[in-house]
Amino acid sequence: MPTSNEIDCGFEAQDSFDAAIEDHKRIEPRDWMPEGYRKTLVRQIAQHAHSEIIGMQPEGYWITRAPSLRRKAILLAKVQDEAGHGMYLYSAVETLGADRAELTRKLIDGTQKYSSIFNYPALSYADVGVIGWLVDGAAICNQVPLCRSSYGPYARAMIRICKEESFHQRQGYELLMTMMSGTQAQRDMVADATNRWWWPSLMMFGPPDGESPNSAQSMRWGIKRHTNDELRQRFVDMCVPQAEALGVSLPDPDLRWNPERGHYDFGAIDWEEFRQVVAGNGPCNLERLRNRKKAHEEGAWVRDAAMAYEKKRAGAASVATSGPPR
Amino acid sequence: MIAMGFDNVYESIGEDNDDRHWAFGTGFSETLSGVEQSLPIGIDVNDLAAYCLMLGDDALVMSHRLQEWVARAPELEEETALANIALDLLGQARLLLTRAGVVAGSGMTEDTYAFFRDENEFLNVRLAELTDADFGALMARLFVFSSWRLAILKRLRASKDQVVAAVASKGAKEITYHRDYAAQWVVRLADGTDESRSRIVAGLCALSPFISELFTASAVEQRMLYAGVAADLADVRTEVVGVLLEVFSEVELEPQVLGAGYCALSARGGLGGELDSIRSQMMGEHGSGSGREGILMGAIALAEMGEHGSGSGREGIHTKAMVELLGDLQSLARSYPGATW
Repeated sequence: MPTSNEIDCGFEAQDSFDAAIEDHKRIEPRDWMPEGYRKTLVRQIAQHAHSEIIGMQPEGYWITRAPSLRRKAILLAKVQDEAGHGMYLYSAVETLGADRAELTRKLIDGTQKYSSIFNYPALSYADVGVIGWLVDGAAICNQVPLCRSSYGPYARAMIRICKEESFHQRQGYELLMTMMSGTQAQRDMVADATNRWWWPSLMMFGPPDGESPNSAQSMRWGIKRHTNDELRQRFVDMCVPQAEALGVSLPDPDLRWNPERGHYDFGAIDWEEFRQVVAGNGPCNLERLRNRKKAHEEGAWVRDAAMAYEKKRAGAASVATSGPPR
Repeated sequence: MIAMGFDNVYESIGEDNDDRHWAFGTGFSETLSGVEQSLPIGIDVNDLAAYCLMLGDDALVMSHRLQEWVARAPELEEETALANIALDLLGQARLLLTRAGVVAGSGMTEDTYAFFRDENEFLNVRLAELTDADFGALMARLFVFSSWRLAILKRLRASKDQVVAAVASKGAKEITYHRDYAAQWVVRLADGTDESRSRIVAGLCALSPFISELFTASAVEQRMLYAGVAADLADVRTEVVGVLLEVFSEVELEPQVLGAGYCALSARGGLGGELDSIRSQMMGEHGSGSGREGILMGAIALAEMGEHGSGSGREGIHTKAMVELLGDLQSLARSYPGATW
């Protein structure tokens, strides 16, 4: 059944939407948009918001345990940024008519996903650095093109998010540089963490182009700018020299420069592992959702109290405005 | 060849403005730049170092407890606020611990102080180290802690030690926000639902054994007060009592909620005549200018006589919670001797 918006606007609205996309103009919340565009964006932005919130957990564990006060401040600020990113993104998705509380419910009951990378554990402090370098690095490759997303609120949120993400990536890399110039035990930690996070990072770009059914439509709508495989290649090309500068080897015997393509070739990704983690069978899926659910449930009385308080104050204000009964 | 719309992934981030200086490590000024860092003349350096550790440890340990709330706050806005408060306190701690090392000339740094001292060498008040049963308990503790620390830092802006004065000047601005944030939650919870009211009351009650310590000057603090470095805790107490009463009055919380005597009596179900008699004693003892103020003063005085009244964090005596806290804080740093982070 068409919405009243569609009836009022009819084909003209579709035409002006198409023209805006064609001219790389931004779609704003009050503009007419096809239902599929809205739904796809809600799913994409909500998934991104959920990823920021769940992504606080693996590194958040290390805040109280950080090995220096400077590293503690850096990590605390970073995890706080992630909460902030969640806030901007939930705000962006609310401009599409979604409700944050409802989205949170969908995260907790598993009907909406978050990035499967956060279902891997952060086992040592080197993981904090490697998550910054590789996971945030992959997120930047994915997200920088979204600063030019056709949907205005998302594009604007992404500009700020990408600035902060790139800050995190450099901080992660700087931690690894410091650790590599430390003791042998520290270098071993970095090597171990790199080995564990490399392949999951490559999976962050999603399935190969041939198996990514929604990509073509999303690219036509300007809410996806490059294909999964393009972005993955870009990431590999960026990381190889960074790994060399760091002095760690990436765990892929097939990784080598291909002068004909002008890119690095790399080995086959274990897509079965990816499917398993997405399906809920990763090392930390249960723990991540359990923690989120627990925090949400334990906070219910606080949110109820805040609502009750606001209601009382609003009631008091309306009595004050209307004056005493005569 | 893959066609990408940019040569460098970072390039397009700056497209909407000219600010390309956001990269790591640029654009920051030293927090203490321009501050006179030489030692004040005629001040005992060991006392000054100890005083810096006291103020620094309060912030470090309270920050640690706030860090424990990351990823488990009741709402996203609270995630960012709590992390922000934790960061502010951590920043204050770093400056003060660094100052302690410089003053003592011991070669100790912020990190050696934080990670390589044992429990009995930490000089924070015990209120800072307590664990929080729930968000209400945290807000109760943060409210009392911030009200107290703000009153101290405001006075330290005139400290004879220029570094302490500079840290206090910056810190007072930060803590004004922390106190406001916590006070708003105390009000909201006290006037929210029956459950939230009982939780905030329980949170305040649980603090009672650790209140008197906030206003009891150790020998170092007394000497530093005399030397013009430290804050006068009697003045601090007057300000804190005023702040607590103002907020409590807003939501009709009884001032004796913070008194050990009151809580002990509540626990035994012995309210009524016994409390009235204590109340009238308090009124008599502390004058009749303000009944509620007298009661709160009396509650604090009563707490001083409680079983927790002997020994204090300022002397290196701590609760069991501190042992666990230090295990968490220090284990990684201690596991990798010679490592650089």
